[in-house]
Amino acid sequence: MSLFYAFIAIIRRDLLLTVRRRSEIANPLLFFILVITLFPLGIGAQPHLLQAIAPGIIWVSALLAAMLSLDSLFRSDFDDGSLEQILLSPYPASILVLAKIIAHWLVTGLPLLIVAPLLAVFLGMPTQSLGVLLLTLLLGTPVLSLIGAIGVALTVGLRRGGMILSLLVLPLYVPVLIFAGNAVEMAGSGLPVDAQINILISILCLSLVLAPWPTAAALKMSVT
Amino acid sequence: MQINSTSRLQGSDLSCVRDDRVLFEDLCFELNSGQALLLEGENGSGKTSLLRILCGFREPDAGQVWWCGNAINDSQYYEDMAYVGHLDGIKKELTSLENLKVSLALGQAGRYSIPQALAKVQLANFDDALVQTLSAGQKRRLSLARLLITNNTLWILDEPFTSLDIQGITLIESLMAEHCKNGGMIVLTSHHDIALPSVDVQRILLS
Repeated sequence: MSLFYAFIAIIRRDLLLTVRRRSEIANPLLFFILVITLFPLGIGAQPHLLQAIAPGIIWVSALLAAMLSLDSLFRSDFDDGSLEQILLSPYPASILVLAKIIAHWLVTGLPLLIVAPLLAVFLGMPTQSLGVLLLTLLLGTPVLSLIGAIGVALTVGLRRGGMILSLLVLPLYVPVLIFAGNAVEMAGSGLPVDAQINILISILCLSLVLAPWPTAAALKMSVT
Repeated sequence: MQINSTSRLQGSDLSCVRDDRVLFEDLCFELNSGQALLLEGENGSGKTSLLRILCGFREPDAGQVWWCGNAINDSQYYEDMAYVGHLDGIKKELTSLENLKVSLALGQAGRYSIPQALAKVQLANFDDALVQTLSAGQKRRLSLARLLITNNTLWILDEPFTSLDIQGITLIESLMAEHCKNGGMIVLTSHHDIALPSVDVQRILLS
């Protein structure tokens, strides 16, 4: 019971911190919206081309927005020593780390879900694929946070870890990008997408179970 | 606070090597309840490294630390210990009260409630103040208040008196003396001379 209490306390704390800081929530979301609105301007008056690449645009932007927000996951806790206190808690570090990742997703992933349908319509995406787009984002963005957390945990102790972080994390993001992008595209042509959705569900379950352990271990390494 | 009076912290043959430089070798100590251990030595002599070994953040290059006869990677140890390091470990965007609530959720409730602990460290009127508005000394007292609200036998303190004024130092010394009187134990580093007349203080000089 008290582990649950600690779990909730960490989520609450991180959400409260985001509310007080504000920019953390706005930055990835603004980036997401900006990138997507720039595409029609860059491509010009070619609605069919835009419609064809819309799933890719949205997913690549979501992926980059997630990358952009990753560094804030453990940075401030690392800098002010809160991370040490979390790791010294008698509760399993992996569970507490999972709470931090969930809070991070609520702040950076969930807003993308809310604006994505609007932007999809803006790109001319067919309405029958909107549901699938939302579903893939719902299943895919938590994976981005979970896998990203391992990379951040490994690089948080380095002064300039940004480049290494992208190199570490991006290859692991590729499966999500492929299956999610493909599902949205197929849905646009009215084809069944069960296979891709099932694969995304299994990726989510796997990373939900497997990602917190290496993250906690890497954080312990980073604080030494 | 339930303190097990048979608690014992032992270090046997501890060594720490950093960048090919031996900081200390074959260090042995034994600390029983009611005692304090003061680590002395110049800057860079390995005081903080030893504390971090005791926290389990760092593996000793040789030797082992024992808590009540068990190795310290046991979860019981983390229930019994608390650490206040160079970094305060408090979030500056949260209020004092919110910070302590999180600390309490991460540990087990101890001798004092949060308002009592804040009163103890003379921050009673600052419970709703954002930590970024507090002075350095007040932040330090807030991070030390964490020790009072959780149930810990062993306190590990790295320079607890940094940025405290004379009054603050006396205050923390009295809290430390009280903790030892109740059967707790303390490992600390300090550049200041500590005045703990009622406590059995062991000293280790690292050089």
